[in-house]
Amino acid sequence: MDPVIDVGGLVKAFGSARALDGLDLQVGAGEVHGFLGPNGSGKTTTIRVVLGMLRADEGRVRLLGGDPWRDAVDLHRRLAYVPGDVSLWPKLSGGETIDLFGRLRGDLDRSRRDELLDRFELDPTKRARTYSKGNRQKVALVAALASSAELLILDEPTSGLDPLMEAVFQDCITEANDEGRTVLLSSHILAEVEALCDRVSIIRAGRTVQSGTLTELRRQTHTTVAAETDRPVSGLDRIDGVRVLAATDGHVNLQVEPARLDGVMQALAAAGLRSLVSTPPTLEELFLRNYGDEPAGEAAHHDAAGAAAER
Amino acid sequence: MAATLTGTVALARFALRRDRVRIAVWVAAVAALVLVTAASTKGIYPTQADLDQAAAVAQDNPAVLAFNGPAIALDTMGGQITFQVGSFGLLVVGLMALLMTSRLTRAEEESGRMELVRSMAVGRQAPLASALIVVGAMAATVGVLTTVGLITQDLPVAGSVALGASFAALGLFFTGVAAVTAQVTENPRVASGIAGGMLGLSFAVRAAGDIGDGTLSWFSPLGVAQKARPFGDEVWWPLLLLVALAVAFAAGGAALAAHRDFGGGLVAPRPGRPEASASLGRPLGLAVRLQRGSVLWWALAVLLLGVTYGSIANSIEDFVADNQTIADFVAASGGASLTDSYLATSLLILSLTAAGAALQTALRLRTEEVGGRAEPVLSTPTSRWAWMGSHVAVSLVGSALIVLAGGLGIGATYGIVIGDLGQVPRLMAASLAYVPAVWVLAAIAIALFGWAPRASVAAWALLAGAFVIAMLGTILDLPDWVLGLSPFHHAPQVPAAAVSVLPIAVLLAITVVTTAAGFAGFRRREVG
Repeated sequence: MDPVIDVGGLVKAFGSARALDGLDLQVGAGEVHGFLGPNGSGKTTTIRVVLGMLRADEGRVRLLGGDPWRDAVDLHRRLAYVPGDVSLWPKLSGGETIDLFGRLRGDLDRSRRDELLDRFELDPTKRARTYSKGNRQKVALVAALASSAELLILDEPTSGLDPLMEAVFQDCITEANDEGRTVLLSSHILAEVEALCDRVSIIRAGRTVQSGTLTELRRQTHTTVAAETDRPVSGLDRIDGVRVLAATDGHVNLQVEPARLDGVMQALAAAGLRSLVSTPPTLEELFLRNYGDEPAGEAAHHDAAGAAAER
Repeated sequence: MAATLTGTVALARFALRRDRVRIAVWVAAVAALVLVTAASTKGIYPTQADLDQAAAVAQDNPAVLAFNGPAIALDTMGGQITFQVGSFGLLVVGLMALLMTSRLTRAEEESGRMELVRSMAVGRQAPLASALIVVGAMAATVGVLTTVGLITQDLPVAGSVALGASFAALGLFFTGVAAVTAQVTENPRVASGIAGGMLGLSFAVRAAGDIGDGTLSWFSPLGVAQKARPFGDEVWWPLLLLVALAVAFAAGGAALAAHRDFGGGLVAPRPGRPEASASLGRPLGLAVRLQRGSVLWWALAVLLLGVTYGSIANSIEDFVADNQTIADFVAASGGASLTDSYLATSLLILSLTAAGAALQTALRLRTEEVGGRAEPVLSTPTSRWAWMGSHVAVSLVGSALIVLAGGLGIGATYGIVIGDLGQVPRLMAASLAYVPAVWVLAAIAIALFGWAPRASVAAWALLAGAFVIAMLGTILDLPDWVLGLSPFHHAPQVPAAAVSVLPIAVLLAITVVTTAAGFAGFRRREVG
């Protein structure tokens, strides 16, 4: 099936600053796709190009099989969007705003709207001027989730929500996904990404540095192993992709690429293994490594252990 | 310094730094307005005989008095300059003071920036105090520049000081007024609107007062400022009265600021509707909902201005009957009745005011875009054409209705006074002749939004230029091509002149082409 969002080699410059510098993003139908990257890495710019608000300087941008710049109106019938910084009309109430968006989109489902208002505990009679950041986000979320759009584009939708509402949000996204809807979720909340996303793309400085399922990403990075052995371990230096951090009388600490774990185990067993702790990379490590200063793509290929060891 | 004032000086310095261009332009524009008028008045009336004749023509002419102010020492150069620039200049100073005060206080608070500032070691009253210092200094600078400029043009020192001081005093007064209105409401536009309404009303009250015996002018701050009688027998205490009132208002504003919640007003907002009404569901419905309030307020203001102008129209005929010089003058100048000339001038001023509404509503497009509220709408199946068209429609239809409201106001009171309600349809129809000129300005704003969005605020400068050309074009002796730059110069001066189709058709054609260009530009450019 064609990807719902297909971006390749996307370049977008504002004056002399290159906001996007050859970015790739593929979102398949029916998946929840996590879109991650440090502040200012170009997530919102990408989303705005995908929505047809900005024009790509170079590269391929396909949305639902169409050109978002040219076919914006037709494509927008099939998606719902929650901006990262929700600005509302101060005089309009939350209820009015939700209804307005529903009607502009042409598919306001009243019972669904009321149910969502209930679940998100949002008072629809308050004017937008008096809403907090979290409540403004709820307005935009209810408007988007009440639609029957096949694609939801959510730009950091939960940054102002409390943990209770975060749980409601996760339920709603899971339900939407069960209905077969596709979701592009830009987020900094790693637990949320882990709970919801089938695949993730990590970008940095306008470029995609990692993309795949979380399992695949984990596999590309190192596992930390701490072992106690009867005899000093030998032969570790002959295995590629191993970095020994400390080795003193029977204790050894090392990092190893998952593919090389087997060889390490044999070497440890040969030395008389007494205890073993193997720690897979945490999500935080994964992201920190990709967010950091060092070009992470190179680090992943050449020196997986080195980049992480510095942290 | 009281703790509630901590940080005042730092905030004032910051405001001066951040708004340095805006501040310089306001102050320089007002000073230049006075000085250029002074220079050209000297050129137009080189001899005492010229001045005497001008004084005789204007002395008791209610139409001129209504727009220009009381006739004081018109046979002197200083008096004539004051007469030419006075009321208009005072209006501009008042506008400067109230817009800047709202901007530095309530607008900052509503934007959320002030919250960050107030979270630092900044007192509760410091934002208002710093705004009072900055805007007060602007008013004082206008006064000093005007005074010095007039003195260098060899005008009497006392009169120069009195005119400059009256500008400064009125600026201070409306700084104080805006300091209060900024506390009352949460919305900076409403805060400016209330203060601006008071300014407009005080212009109207002094117009009525100056036509009569001048008593009523005492109830208008503008009128009080003119009671200083520059270049006549200067009277200083009315200016002290204005300054005292300004201090009282400012103190009142500071007291309110000290007791209210941050971000709150004195008027609590009502709860909204839980569901949208049927009309709020299409782009046009949204644009109407967002803009109807300001269109109605503008319409009411222009209607009241029309009511004022219409109520004094008839006294012009009486005046002509009593004055042979004027009768000769009118006969010599083409034969249109003086009343009709007066009505045409009034309609011109009303439609220039309505053009302000046309610009404000058209530039709402830019406000929505910058505020991040265009993007969510455009991410629905709403086309750019539909979104932009909805606001353009509100601007064009709304400004036409506002012009008509002015015609209604003039026609109603003039009709009642002369006992002929046929004046209502006559003047409403006449007012329509000015609508195409209003639309040309709106169309320019729309084109700027489409092609050069960051420069779209420049449309206001064009309106200011049109005002100067209309109010001061003759006295400034501007060349014809400069006068011709204003679309209002081409609008047929109905009812003093007959309706001519050609200029109206040309103005409409310019409107259509320029607006279409704006749409084409917006469809091509990026949003945000």
